[in-house]
Amino acid sequence: MTTHPAIDNLDRRIIAVTQSGLPLVSDPYGAVAAEIGVDAADVRERMQKMLDAGLIRRIGVVPNHYALGMKANGMSVWDVDDQLVDALGKQVGALDFVSHCYCRPRHRPHWPYNLFAMVHGNTRDEVFEKAGAIERLLGPAARSHDVLFSTRILKKTGLRIAASKED
Amino acid sequence: MMAHPLDATDRAIINELQGGFPISEQPFADAAKLLGITEHDLIERVGALVDAGVLSRFGPMYNAERLGGAVTLCAMEIPAEELDGIAERVNSYREVAHNYARDHRFNMWFVLATESPDEIADAIQNIEADTGYRVYDFPKSREFYIGLKVPA
Repeated sequence: MTTHPAIDNLDRRIIAVTQSGLPLVSDPYGAVAAEIGVDAADVRERMQKMLDAGLIRRIGVVPNHYALGMKANGMSVWDVDDQLVDALGKQVGALDFVSHCYCRPRHRPHWPYNLFAMVHGNTRDEVFEKAGAIERLLGPAARSHDVLFSTRILKKTGLRIAASKED
Repeated sequence: MMAHPLDATDRAIINELQGGFPISEQPFADAAKLLGITEHDLIERVGALVDAGVLSRFGPMYNAERLGGAVTLCAMEIPAEELDGIAERVNSYREVAHNYARDHRFNMWFVLATESPDEIADAIQNIEADTGYRVYDFPKSREFYIGLKVPA
């Protein structure tokens, strides 16, 4: 079960107007506050609470890998011993070239892999080199692996959260 | 997208400001001080980097699951000649946040994001009924890292 944290309609309105970005002005929280008709201090307080509670992961720039020259995007997938996947996943996730790392279910027979680590690079060879470093880290705990390159973006949209629960 | 040459200050902004943007009355001024530039320069540069597509956006990154929503990764195995048509149908669901073609027998990978966990199962059933192909669901059982480290 997922726990539903206490966010109210003001939080939802703040989320709705900030999820695609903050205004690029000297007092962005004040601008958000003006847009939804509340005090700037309330917006700052709510956003600080959401940040402290992990509802906001972080606030800052969101780089576009592709525009930064990292044109190869490989989803490396590994069949790792279930007893070891938690400890090893943490180590893989800590590698500086791994942007996302998750444990996910297998779908045998075609999908024996339970550890997913997203690797970005300038070229496919660079991604393969980085996958080689993961392979060395995992050692014999990884029984097999594959690297799936994205060949095309079919759809890309950001997170969308309704401004109120009724939406 | 125009190539946007990055200078040392742009790189410092991208490297240092992936998190930790202040929640204050003049956050750009506060962040600029740490970078050794002016508030005006920081605002201008962030705007230019967003416009050039170097940054996909600037602001808070919300955790959909902590907000009560649900997210999962799905894959489908679609014959190559049907991929575009099926992709169009799959993409028509607003729950499909992004969708990539990948070089594997599971050749379509998309993220489903919904307001509640129940809606994930509904979306998967609807997509299977609509396309006639199985949807393999890969809900994460553990998250080891969500990147914060794109070097520019």
